[in-house]
Amino acid sequence: MYDLDAAFSALADPTRRAILARLATGEATVNELAAPFEMTQPAISQHLKVLEDAGLIVRRVEGTKRPRRLAKAGIEAMDQWLAMLRGALEKNYDRLDEVLNGMEKRKGEKP
Amino acid sequence: MSKMTLKTEGETHIVVTRRFAAPPEAVYRAHTDPKLIQQWLLGPEGWTMPVCINEARPGGKFRYEWKNAKGAGFYITGEFVELKPYSRIVHVERMHLPDPTPDNHVETRFDEEGAGTLMTMRMTLPDGKTRAAMLATGMEGGMEASYVRLEDLLRSLPAEGLEKGAGRL
Repeated sequence: MYDLDAAFSALADPTRRAILARLATGEATVNELAAPFEMTQPAISQHLKVLEDAGLIVRRVEGTKRPRRLAKAGIEAMDQWLAMLRGALEKNYDRLDEVLNGMEKRKGEKP
Repeated sequence: MSKMTLKTEGETHIVVTRRFAAPPEAVYRAHTDPKLIQQWLLGPEGWTMPVCINEARPGGKFRYEWKNAKGAGFYITGEFVELKPYSRIVHVERMHLPDPTPDNHVETRFDEEGAGTLMTMRMTLPDGKTRAAMLATGMEGGMEASYVRLEDLLRSLPAEGLEKGAGRL
């Protein structure tokens, strides 16, 4: 079970979105991820921890390096959640179509 | 009928559009008459709205309460800021879970389009973090829930990179 609150909260930060954007193009080390930002490596590591705790990225051990990549399952869980929410809203409006249809019919029945 | 759209705008807005095969007057009434609201503003299957109070006048209050068969429930309270029959409703609302969520300012427009109506609902949240949290928990409690395609949320991501990196996204 993914903590979706944590996932969306993690996404609220532009630096973390940029990190995800970089990881969307492939695996990267902390140094590579830190390069485009005017931030210290510990600051970047902190962002990575938030993303990791939210289930959005995972790390791999390679010698002394810990390259990160997107966690496909975590991101898909969020996507499914959003699809469910979209479904609920669409259902409301499909019902509203029916309500409007009924209103028009009743109007037509009036003398 | 064209499909509903939902997109994020700037850091704090969410915009939903939907077309209806009825004139603006009917769509407007379906948004302000409690007897009509109770028939459609229900979210996923299994929920009902036993309480629907709606004082559709500037400064008027509204309160919607939802329940499901398992006894779970939550409610929304709000105030109307402006009502212009049959084209525009401006209101403020918050969800109670039971603690109130930050205020959501909502402008709903009903524009005549041929024999039908184009509805545009524009929400303004206090900040980007609130919007993200709202999209996560579902507006109006996962009922009149919002969604966005993930690429809207991750709008800084290159689309082709996402496809490569995260499968079906």
